[in-house]
Amino acid sequence: MDARRVTRAVPRVRQVGFFTPNAPPEQPGPVRSQSGPPNSSSPPLSGSPASNSLSPVMIPPPRHLSDNVGARTAAVPVPGRANAGDHATVGSYNPSDSVLGLESPPPTRIGDGEFSEETESSLGWYRRNNPAKFASSFPGGGFDLSPVKQPESVSGVEAKNQPPEESKVQKGQASSSKPSKPKTTKAERRALQESQRAAKVASKAEANKSGGGAASSKTAKQPSQKKDGPPVASSIATSERIGVDRPAEKERKKDVPPPRMQFDDESRVGKAKRRSVLNQPEARNRVELFRHLLPHINGTQLPYLESKFFELHDKHPAVYKVGLQYLTGDLSGGNARCIAMLQAFQEAIRDYSTPPEKTLIRDLTSKIGSFVSFLIECRPLSMSMGNAIRFLKSRIAKLPPTLSESEAKAALCSDIDRFINEKIVLADKVIVRHAATKIRDGDVLLTYGSSCVVEMILLYAHELGKQFRVVVVDSRPMLEGQKLLRRLVAKGLSCTYTHINAISYIMHEVTQVLLGASSILSNGTIYSRVGTASVAMVAYAYRVPVLICCEAYKFHERVQLDSICFNELGDPDAIAKVPGRVDVNYLDNLTDKQNENLTLLNLKYDATPSDYISMIVTDYGMIPPTSVPVIVREYRKEYLLI
Amino acid sequence: MWWRSPSFILDRQQQQQNDSVPPNPESLFLSSPPPSMADSVQNPKSNISAYYQTRAAHHAVVTSDWLAQAEAAVGRHPDDDESSGIDGRAAATGEDGGGGGGGKAFGVIDEFNSWRKQPDLAEAVAAIFALAAVIRASQATTMMELEIELKKASDSLKSWDTTSISLTAGCDLFMRYVTRTSALEYEDFNSAKSRLIERAEKFGEISCKARRIIAMLSQDFIFDGCTILVHGFSRVVLELLKTAAQNKKLFRVFCTEGRPDRTGLRLSNELAKLDVPVKLLIDSAVAYTMDEVDMVFVGADGVVESGGIINMMGTYQIALVAHSMNKPVYVAAESYKFARLYPLDQKDMGPALRSIDFGVPIPSKVEVETSARDYTPPQYLTLLFTDLGVLTPSVVSDELIQLYL
Repeated sequence: MDARRVTRAVPRVRQVGFFTPNAPPEQPGPVRSQSGPPNSSSPPLSGSPASNSLSPVMIPPPRHLSDNVGARTAAVPVPGRANAGDHATVGSYNPSDSVLGLESPPPTRIGDGEFSEETESSLGWYRRNNPAKFASSFPGGGFDLSPVKQPESVSGVEAKNQPPEESKVQKGQASSSKPSKPKTTKAERRALQESQRAAKVASKAEANKSGGGAASSKTAKQPSQKKDGPPVASSIATSERIGVDRPAEKERKKDVPPPRMQFDDESRVGKAKRRSVLNQPEARNRVELFRHLLPHINGTQLPYLESKFFELHDKHPAVYKVGLQYLTGDLSGGNARCIAMLQAFQEAIRDYSTPPEKTLIRDLTSKIGSFVSFLIECRPLSMSMGNAIRFLKSRIAKLPPTLSESEAKAALCSDIDRFINEKIVLADKVIVRHAATKIRDGDVLLTYGSSCVVEMILLYAHELGKQFRVVVVDSRPMLEGQKLLRRLVAKGLSCTYTHINAISYIMHEVTQVLLGASSILSNGTIYSRVGTASVAMVAYAYRVPVLICCEAYKFHERVQLDSICFNELGDPDAIAKVPGRVDVNYLDNLTDKQNENLTLLNLKYDATPSDYISMIVTDYGMIPPTSVPVIVREYRKEYLLI
Repeated sequence: MWWRSPSFILDRQQQQQNDSVPPNPESLFLSSPPPSMADSVQNPKSNISAYYQTRAAHHAVVTSDWLAQAEAAVGRHPDDDESSGIDGRAAATGEDGGGGGGGKAFGVIDEFNSWRKQPDLAEAVAAIFALAAVIRASQATTMMELEIELKKASDSLKSWDTTSISLTAGCDLFMRYVTRTSALEYEDFNSAKSRLIERAEKFGEISCKARRIIAMLSQDFIFDGCTILVHGFSRVVLELLKTAAQNKKLFRVFCTEGRPDRTGLRLSNELAKLDVPVKLLIDSAVAYTMDEVDMVFVGADGVVESGGIINMMGTYQIALVAHSMNKPVYVAAESYKFARLYPLDQKDMGPALRSIDFGVPIPSKVEVETSARDYTPPQYLTLLFTDLGVLTPSVVSDELIQLYL
């Protein structure tokens, strides 16, 4: 079932391109009728590599989306093709659909339950999104081809998740809708079927928790397959699919990196929980769009983790310490976190000894991997740390096997030292030199939050005797700017402190904006402390140049367009409560109990589009944001080889 | 840079019309002896950009009286005054650099100035020829010595005229080339040295070809019946318009006047000689005529890392007007003008001043904006025609990173 869906998705996506109402049919009829679903083995595509090995675009979550879209786009050509002789085959395929979709909802549900069991991992996406919500979040996109049917299907889906007496009502609705609409179009039926399947998968997940459900789906397997269409055709089709697509599936798994952990994927979260050291916090009242992110782990888990110290004997104490520091937030700032992590690894490598009958290269890599996953549990890694880990692992992998253990360890330790020195410490010095040339007498520099490299630039320019003023812009709840402000004032710089609310007022007197970054993505997007994007946008509107100061090891080849798909959640209570202010307690009673109507969102990072950036100051010089991919391309190799 | 230069486009053209081949420009440059350098050393005044003075001398039609003043100033300063005076420091280091080898007095700046006198030779190429002369005259015995000597010479050249971007870029490029080239690995110093000289000449040769390449590349963008707005006088733009006219393209050109040195008048004269319909505009009539214009062609004094250009005063406002009316702005610039600079705004560059003749006496209380150039940010430019190919502004940084890092 899964395989069929995959193959269907590929040609259909491609079909969108050359689909025109007047286009001559490319596929001869018989082939399509044989394979049941349109053109899973259509001549123009079966030979092409695209149909065998999936394109990397089609990693699981988007695949489902494109599948949905594909199902609908493929449904569109039917009227156009009808006069070209395809009508008969399509029609022969349709009735089974309609039987499944309208007349007998229960078998469909069971059949699809079986199907979901088969392909649990790849279709977990269904489960993650309540389909009703999915439908409502794409009101114009997903279901626009079945406008008439949409409300009913959504209501049906909602009804399924409710107690049985209501589902009877829903059945009544379905039966009442049947006579009123005896002949639905294929698109509508598909939409309904899809939504029912999705609902089934969702309810199946619910059922799995309570422990039932599996047996009934097993028993219903046979009838559901009969219903699926003419048995001969489908069996041929499935055998074909198995032959063609299983290797492709494997290839895809090899090519595509494993997707990031999605924390609304319940099955995987469950597995992760079993592995995990910490108590995963309950995901309560989270904003819908950000459910896939790791919920914030607050410091209350610290005693728990401390108590587990002696159970975690495989975690090196240095790594353990860094993990605790991440957890409590004592260690913040991209560079500080990265250096601490690397030094902890260095300690761990020093104390490492290869167990008998194992090789250092393999065992140490897995050891580092386990450390990293422990650290991720304490706090999600930043992309710069990902780069550093990648560097370390490549160094381990490239160790010549002839080296003795002590030599290898010494080599790795010096590599780590060199990375810290060259990529962070020296890089900062170079950035400071470059950026200081852009500071002129009489400038008013604005900075947001607390970036260590920006602080170094300001201090260096002050040492050079340049006359300038600093505006430190800050925001709740971190108030990092206050620390920066304290250090700057102590050094004798003249500063102004304000909150981000006043940004549009203060911007007109600013001549330059200096910002730090957590990482820079290859489309020039700046991924940085939340609020940076607003500062950059306001500066752009006031025609004030925005300089981003960032070391090149934080450049990442990923492309990201929004702050949603990858981000970090902060403590939601931090924005609901103001510490030390007893008069601001409006939310006190609301956050304590599980209030369904209140969701709190405390994001830690945001993405600034490259349009608002004038210049990136990096250790390779001052570059425009369009040149980030050049740096990534030119220096990634060297960077892994140093 | 030149190893990727699309000079094949020239070869193709030569194949097509091998009977009417124009005389090979580089042979001219390489064979002609440097003209006499006796009276030609211009000692730039403290606040006047030597670069723009040269441009005015080469391209201006009307000799304004500030030039006469400048000449008078040159007359007042005898040649040996060069080492004293305001840029005496620079000249002194220059002599250090030139004569560091064996006490022989060799002025890299004199050499450079003599090359610079040729109106067709770009400053960067002149600088490279001058540096090649330094290698030739050098009495260094090791590669390291030669490199230090060259470094000193190029530093003195750069500090001699800090306002000239292409001079700086040319020096940097050549130094980069010398220090990077595999010639350093040669065992024999003399062969390495001759190899360097050979490379310098090749560099100059290719730089001379650059204009032809750009002219050929830009042909596809000029279509019959189009109207082109040109600002100031640029040798590359003239070359490409000339080539277009020779290719029987039918187009018309609007020339701005190009105050204060009126370089636009010179361009319109040249174009009139080619029978291209030309209309002269005063500089302030750009927005008025922009409706009729199909594309804007400008040259560049320097192309900076952001992909923007530094060019004669007025380019920025033309680009702004063209951008707001959705007309393409094309920049024709040789790749040796690519400079590792990144101005954030207009005031972010060192000032390049020139004197401006208003025709009437200006009261001393009135301040005059005397800057000679402005910076056009990349978002207002459509394409850059360079000898590396037709580039979008963002590729400039790519090229510079590959070249210098």
